[in-house]
Amino acid sequence: MSLSLKRKKHMGIDQRRSKFGNAIVVLIIVLLGLFMAFPLYYTFIQSIKPSEELFLFPPKLYILRPTLDSYQELFQLMSNLWVPFSRYLFNSLLITVAGTFFHVLLAGMAAYPLAKHEFPGKDFTFAVILLGLMFVGQVTFLPTFIIISKLGMLNTYWAYLCPTIGTSLGLFLMKQFIEQIPDALIEAARIDGANEWRIYFKIIAPNVKPAILTVIIFQFVNIWNGLSKEVVYDEQLKAVKIALDQVSASSLYARMGAGMAGSVLLMLPPIILFVILQRNVVETMTFAGMKE
Amino acid sequence: MKPKKESTLELIVRKKTSYLMMLPYLIFFFAFTILPVILSVVLSFTDYDMVQKPLFIGFENYLQMFLNDEYFIVAFKNTLIFAIVVGPLSYIICFLIAWMINELKPLMRAVVTALFYIPTIVGAAGWSVWKLFFSSDEYGFVNGILMHWGILNQPIGWLSDEKYIMPVLIVVQLWMSMGISFLTFIAGFQNVDRTLYEAGMMDGIKNRFQELWYITIPSMANQMIFGAVMQIVACFTVADVSVQLAGLPSTGYAGETIVTHIMDYGNLRYEFGYACAMAVLLVFMMQYFKKLTSWLIGKMGH
Repeated sequence: MSLSLKRKKHMGIDQRRSKFGNAIVVLIIVLLGLFMAFPLYYTFIQSIKPSEELFLFPPKLYILRPTLDSYQELFQLMSNLWVPFSRYLFNSLLITVAGTFFHVLLAGMAAYPLAKHEFPGKDFTFAVILLGLMFVGQVTFLPTFIIISKLGMLNTYWAYLCPTIGTSLGLFLMKQFIEQIPDALIEAARIDGANEWRIYFKIIAPNVKPAILTVIIFQFVNIWNGLSKEVVYDEQLKAVKIALDQVSASSLYARMGAGMAGSVLLMLPPIILFVILQRNVVETMTFAGMKE
Repeated sequence: MKPKKESTLELIVRKKTSYLMMLPYLIFFFAFTILPVILSVVLSFTDYDMVQKPLFIGFENYLQMFLNDEYFIVAFKNTLIFAIVVGPLSYIICFLIAWMINELKPLMRAVVTALFYIPTIVGAAGWSVWKLFFSSDEYGFVNGILMHWGILNQPIGWLSDEKYIMPVLIVVQLWMSMGISFLTFIAGFQNVDRTLYEAGMMDGIKNRFQELWYITIPSMANQMIFGAVMQIVACFTVADVSVQLAGLPSTGYAGETIVTHIMDYGNLRYEFGYACAMAVLLVFMMQYFKKLTSWLIGKMGH
């Protein structure tokens, strides 16, 4: 009896979702999903087509004879570059890892007092940081270039690193997340005699792991995809993306397969990272609310 | 005994750890996020080429934008198209999709989330495939298919014909702009208090649209504002898509946006003062749109 009652109550919610409505919902999701997925799919199949299939007319959406020729060609092109490809890869990884590490460390340390302490100037500081969400690289790149050159950082790794450390988004997400940590936990540590630094490293940092992982993804993606060539002109210091841009831009058609292979390789690291860390991202964004 | 009231200075000294913890970040934040904006404002009133000393010229740069630079008007118009058409469209699509997949099983939800987010993170690597789709000969995917079906006789230069540049850029921008706001909405929907829905049923909410309007939207307003800010920033700073697909400058400046115009004047012509004035205007436009959007979101569902 009680069971059937429960089921009836459950039905009450479901009844508002009509069959027709559900069909439309599914249709919309599938259509938009195809739009999102198609370019990714096409990049992938173009990268494993043999050269005679690349230029079939009309363009085909399937492959008859998949091959890794394009990847081989890409590596050959890469090995003919004046600077070995491994050097670009090393640069990208170094900057991405160091930039992300320092941003998470410093922004996390600043996010803790902003979330949990009371001190004069706190609201003002946070308001300015929020404003900083809009001062993105695309808007400030010229004066940033001037500052970097005045600091003598042009053409060094610092030119890539410093601006990424001082961005707002990561701090905002970590601060919102830290606010959810119960005050009792912090008070207990204080009573045990821990100072604020110790509290940050022993209690706050481990408890904001999802936020930290989320910030790592955002930072990784930004740095991996967006290192500008203006601040660094020495070929030895450039990133993978810029090297691959040069390969695919030099002649799109002759090297189309190779270009697509390069795209696939460049896409993989951020995708893998996101798929692994997705759950943490969604958990973090739960607290990303912004009051007006 | 009444404790002596603490002066602000004493309070600051007592709280010195809080300041010390923020200091390292704030140094970087100031030098590379705030100082550039201050510098932009100062330089926007000057004529400056990085070689000679800046020369103060008052509001001349701001006047030049609207009175003496026909391509800035194009850039301004295109940026507004991205902000008013693409931004809200992408935002609404993200919101609806997030709402629709909220009731799916966790695995399906994860797959759809990844699908909508991945184009945002592959950004740079994704451009080459769009170049291939819209390339100007019959090997370009779109031309190839349309010619095969007999809709076209001649291939179209999608990225070199002034008529088609903006529509193509809009499609690509839409593809890669779902990212952060989509994730925010996914999280927002999962976080709405379930008991509110039960209470809403008692109060006579009839269908899922009423439920969305009267319950879901008001309870995730803060997330929606964050998503809007991210979307505003993305739309007002559209540039790389245009540069990568249509070139800098694009044919007849058809794909020019404010940021590509800043690149043009800053990186190619070394007119830093003028470029900075455009950047300052852009920041003000973003702030204004943020205020407007927050106000709109606050009005919804009440």
